[in-house]
Amino acid sequence: MDWTAMWVSVRLSAATMVVLLLVGTPIAYWIAFSKWRWKFLVEAIVALPLVLPPTVLGFYILVGIGPASPLGQLNTRLTGRGLAFTFEGLLIASVLYSLPFAVQPFSAAFASVDKNLLEVSWSLGVSRRSTFRRVVLPLSVRGLVTGMVLSFAHTLGEFGVVLMVGGNLPGVTRTVSIAIYDSVQALDYQAAWQTSLLLLLVSFAILSITYSLQKTVWAAWPMN
Amino acid sequence: MADELIVDIEKRFSSGFVVAADWSAPMRGGAILVLFGPSGAGKTTVVRSIAGLERPERGRIQFAGDTWFDADAQRWTEPQRRHVGYVGQKPALFPHLTVRANVEYALSDYSPTERARRGDEMLALVELAEYGDRYPRELSSGQAQRVALARAIAPQPRLLLLDEPLGALDAPARSRLRSLLRSVVERTGISAVLVTHDRTEAIALGDQMVVLAEGRVRQVGPVLEVFRRPADLVVARSVGVESVVPARIAGAEDGLVLLKVGDATIRAVAVEPVEDIEIDRQHPDVFACIRAEDVVLQRAAPSNASARNHWSGRIVGVESEGAIERVTIDCGFPLVALITRQAREELALTTGAPVVAAVKATAVHLVARS
Repeated sequence: MDWTAMWVSVRLSAATMVVLLLVGTPIAYWIAFSKWRWKFLVEAIVALPLVLPPTVLGFYILVGIGPASPLGQLNTRLTGRGLAFTFEGLLIASVLYSLPFAVQPFSAAFASVDKNLLEVSWSLGVSRRSTFRRVVLPLSVRGLVTGMVLSFAHTLGEFGVVLMVGGNLPGVTRTVSIAIYDSVQALDYQAAWQTSLLLLLVSFAILSITYSLQKTVWAAWPMN
Repeated sequence: MADELIVDIEKRFSSGFVVAADWSAPMRGGAILVLFGPSGAGKTTVVRSIAGLERPERGRIQFAGDTWFDADAQRWTEPQRRHVGYVGQKPALFPHLTVRANVEYALSDYSPTERARRGDEMLALVELAEYGDRYPRELSSGQAQRVALARAIAPQPRLLLLDEPLGALDAPARSRLRSLLRSVVERTGISAVLVTHDRTEAIALGDQMVVLAEGRVRQVGPVLEVFRRPADLVVARSVGVESVVPARIAGAEDGLVLLKVGDATIRAVAVEPVEDIEIDRQHPDVFACIRAEDVVLQRAAPSNASARNHWSGRIVGVESEGAIERVTIDCGFPLVALITRQAREELALTTGAPVVAAVKATAVHLVARS
């Protein structure tokens, strides 16, 4: 049982979740309320990680944060080291990889807030920003929780992107899914069993709690 | 002091429907301008444009000297900066906030004590002082609409915009909110625009009236004036050809209400809405509404007939609308009758001719004016 890898995964998932809450909220707000005619292009880009093979995504991210890229160079200048094969690099990859899992529930929740409430708020002299904070956010809590839980769970289970970007450094970028893969490669089936079972139980528990808290949020579930 | 509201806007819809409304009217504090028209006339587009929730393609909107919209000068004032109170057909209360928090929603700039005082005042104004701690889901639709009204008035708007606020209510709640609306507007002294397609509402609440039909303004004037003298056939059809007679309740007789208009007596049945009649005992002024279709014209009073009202008078005008003619009679008050051309020719009813108008007591509709 590789507890170090488990800890890396949990840290990565938590960090991804927080970053996606901060980054995903404005993107979701824009998607929910923009009337731009080419908006569907942005929606398609956000949804890309759902369909792209993780290796493709991972490859582009690796190139994008590599030493030759502007982002990689900026980071080298600021911190003196590269982004590839670091926890931060992995975090960037995870955020992009889980983006739709946060943004889609967020924007669905924002869009489902009654437009009349927003208009009333504006006509009462309350700015769009304050209206978002005082009306939209409180009424979207369930969607926000769904998005955060999904991005946490999705990051916990990511494999292909981590393999491409992370570099399998124990305690830094070696996540629990990589550890399982390594165990199987090394024919250590007992460790693979234990870790897999733990991941299965944790994922199941997280999703069960989410579903029990909000029965009506996911349109994909035909209940209600 | 009257603030001028100038509306001259044009908005096209993808369906091809065009709203091109153009009018200006002085808005007196405490008085209501009724924006009247059938559904689909473009009333909501107009009132939402005034609120700044919709943007017309052309024209301008000014209120009390401030330009809120001017397409040519590319001027546009955000709804936040227009200081209007907007109440729609649905209350649209914030479901996660208590009634009090809803009412105080726009009072962030007030100190906590001032805010609470203003909240109390507003809740009392709409007769919901005990309901501050409730949540919107615990209110009836009439109560919710009263909270919406209090919330709109709390920050002391310059103009109150009411978009069919009674439209979604059942009859008792509607009647109650109607009289409350009138007294709230009078007591706060705010100018208000009321959108409605309901004639009773227009008569009971309105001072001035703008008639909108098929996206265009057809007539502007005092409410009674518009009902009495519709500018054209379209207006006449949308307001209903109707005589609106200011009268005073004089008493009751055999279950009928007796109304006095000068020397003439009108008998009416106090069927619908009874609570309005009760208000009238303290304020005996009412409007008696008589549809032109319900007026029967005769050369002389019949010896026995079921109609309870017989008024002698003279014909003061005849207007032809094809096979139907609109006859105006002076019988102590102006009364309009719709009869066929054939009937008018048979009875030789021309301008100046004496005539007896008969109307059943059940055809006289009373509207309270508190």
